[in-house]
Amino acid sequence: MKYLSTSLFVLLALVLWSCGGSPAANQASSDERAAVSHPKGQASVSDDVSAKNILQVAAGSPDHTTLVTAVQAAEIEHVLVNAGPLTVFAPNNAAFDALPEGTVPDLLKPENKAKLAEILTRHAAPGSFDVEGLKKEARKGRKIYTATGDYLEVVVNDDDIRVAGAKVIGTIQTSNGIINVVDKVILP
Amino acid sequence: MKNQSKFLFYLLSLAALLVTFSCGQGGDAGKGAIGGNAAQRVYVNPGEHDEFYAFISGGFSGQLSVYGLPSGRLFRVIPVFSQDPEKAYGYNEETKPLLNTSFGFVPWDDAHHPDLSQTNGEIDGRWVFINGNNTPRIARISLATFETEEIIELPNSAGNHSSSFVTENTEYVVAGTRFSVPVPQADLPISEYKGKFKGAISFIKVDQESGRMNLDFQIMMPGFNYDLAHPGRGKSHGWMFFTTYNTEEASTLLEVNASQNDKDFIAAINWKMAEELIAKGEFTTMPTEYAHNVYDEATHSATSTIKKEVRVIDPSKYPGLVYLLPTPKSPHGMDVDPTGEYIIGSGKLAASMTAHSFTKMQDAIANKKFDGDAYGIPILNYDDIVGGQVTQAGLGPLHTEFDGEGNAYTTFFISSEVVKWKLGTWEVLDRQPCYYSVGHLMIPGGNSQKPFGKYLVAMNKITKDRYLPTGPELTQSAQLYDISGDKMQLLLDFPTIGEPHYAAGAPADLIKKRQTKIYKLEENMHPYAVKNEKETRVERDGNVVRIYMSTIRSHFAPDNIEGIKVGDKVYFHVTNLEQDYDVPHGISMIGANTSELLIMPGQTETFVWEPKRVGVWPFYCTDFCSALHQEMQGYIRVSPKDSNVKLSWSLDGE
Repeated sequence: MKYLSTSLFVLLALVLWSCGGSPAANQASSDERAAVSHPKGQASVSDDVSAKNILQVAAGSPDHTTLVTAVQAAEIEHVLVNAGPLTVFAPNNAAFDALPEGTVPDLLKPENKAKLAEILTRHAAPGSFDVEGLKKEARKGRKIYTATGDYLEVVVNDDDIRVAGAKVIGTIQTSNGIINVVDKVILP
Repeated sequence: MKNQSKFLFYLLSLAALLVTFSCGQGGDAGKGAIGGNAAQRVYVNPGEHDEFYAFISGGFSGQLSVYGLPSGRLFRVIPVFSQDPEKAYGYNEETKPLLNTSFGFVPWDDAHHPDLSQTNGEIDGRWVFINGNNTPRIARISLATFETEEIIELPNSAGNHSSSFVTENTEYVVAGTRFSVPVPQADLPISEYKGKFKGAISFIKVDQESGRMNLDFQIMMPGFNYDLAHPGRGKSHGWMFFTTYNTEEASTLLEVNASQNDKDFIAAINWKMAEELIAKGEFTTMPTEYAHNVYDEATHSATSTIKKEVRVIDPSKYPGLVYLLPTPKSPHGMDVDPTGEYIIGSGKLAASMTAHSFTKMQDAIANKKFDGDAYGIPILNYDDIVGGQVTQAGLGPLHTEFDGEGNAYTTFFISSEVVKWKLGTWEVLDRQPCYYSVGHLMIPGGNSQKPFGKYLVAMNKITKDRYLPTGPELTQSAQLYDISGDKMQLLLDFPTIGEPHYAAGAPADLIKKRQTKIYKLEENMHPYAVKNEKETRVERDGNVVRIYMSTIRSHFAPDNIEGIKVGDKVYFHVTNLEQDYDVPHGISMIGANTSELLIMPGQTETFVWEPKRVGVWPFYCTDFCSALHQEMQGYIRVSPKDSNVKLSWSLDGE
């Protein structure tokens, strides 16, 4: 019986594999290969000519290592390299450090991936809002609509710009949108 | 347990049967002409690249198409001689001058023979050249931008067919006239063709740095029809070979009257000698008119200059410059093998193909063994120069390419097949049918010392039932053969644009690494460019209004303009401020009598709008650029001619 089972398995395996040359089998293996060739969607595209995009800029910033780690853990890299346009309110490392102890390690756990993605995408808004753009939002009483559906209020006092309470401490133009560095993680 | 064993046994038997039969489709078990694994051999996995580029002429579309091999996927149609509203080519103000000629703006041509630039006899991936047949022109296309960068018109020519073939180091691109004409043009009875009409062969010098073309000189040949050409290479470098027909010099019913002579000629031109003659001042300067159009990447704009003279050499005055090689029956294809020894002319009405030997030709010349002359040009003796003949290979031989392994491949129009034969032994090795009536064929690098003998593309003239029918007009068809083995194997049919004539192919790696991804904004020298949104503005000078506009995801600046009047001539100068690969923006204006613009990152383009009606008229981005593309729009308020609405512009009300 055992022998038969083994033979059966071997033969079935042969059925499955013997046609490696056929288009259908080739397609199956090619799908896997395609996935390997672009594992992170557009974030896998190599381009050293264009201006840097949001993800590339963030990845090059020593003040945003926690944010980049979180983006990778949430597997949302491709969102930050999308055509956008996108404005990202990018909490610096200090902002993450200011969260209650244990929060970040907890969020980085695989089982909290969805929750982490939700928190991060709350920091991303369609549109390009640089400093002038943010001031205009405040002046005109408009709110910034985020990718999670939240509305963030912009409050300006002279050079002090706050988005949902987080202070904007730097603005960087990137190829696919704007990074506003903020000193706080924006929570609901 | 027993039953279970029996069940397993049956399953086992079934599986064994499956093993035996399941591969009927997958094996090489002789499924007609096409081996069962053809699909696998042309299949390129998602996200992976083809091994070769194929540049296939667009024929009467006037364009050049870019395909991948082996997949047969179409990547781009490069507009060359015809307007292309998709890319605003020939519609925007920047590229209109490219289509200027001495006859004025000619927005169409018949594109025939692409040929790639070479260095040391090998294709180098810098440029591809192609000829416009009808209003004689040669274009140069950059393989960094895949844009037409230059078009030069050819004077004294008509039906620019034996063109645009490149010498071994891209010293020259040559172009021969198909129709002989009075030179200079004159009001003559057509019956006076014989002796009075001339055939101009043009040598266009190519600057090795910029690629810029310059019509260096013309050799004024007898009034034959010059059909095709290929350069000498290796030992025959420095010579250019042209097939001729109608050596009868008929001017009517050529299908009969140009088929009288038993042999026509291959004209062998020693262009190195011509170069020396030019250097020594041995030429006459003839007044003429032709356009030379150049696109400048810095200004993103083309200019057209009308040139007024050309240097001409009379071959009858310079022994050694040109020899005529008798070749049977109206030879069409003109091909030279990778070593440069064999000069192959395919008489389209001949039963056999002739390969002249360059060595024998040199001997005959050295020993002055001539068989008379034609208009002072020595004719060599056929028997002295013939290197070999491929006899009874098929009907209607046209064109030959090479695999670099000592084999040649010739297309036969009438018997509708491609035939593989051996250089030197002249024996036929294999034949495969083409569907139907094949014209040119292409092996990547086939016109060079180093062909890449893996694939062969046959370009067919007749399609009939090969694809889903589309009314009376059908797509043209190419066919891909694997030539890596002893026998050719048909792998794929794929549709092409226009009528493909010749094609040129190159390994993808040679071209991929040269690609321009974006234009640097700081290098943009367009006179109406803006470098940022602060520079955007609208200026009026009489009834001419210039909008200095920018695009960036996902808005135009400005997007609201007032104070435009009926009767104005409004120039939209639009700069794409993006510096990100593959993020063009488009723009179109309701009622504009032109195409959209499609502006690459860092580029400036212009269209003209002449508003005819009072109202508020929208414009919008035509290329899905971003998540907020559908929000990328604007309005222009058009007031009556005598209105005093002030000119103003804004974005977000500011």
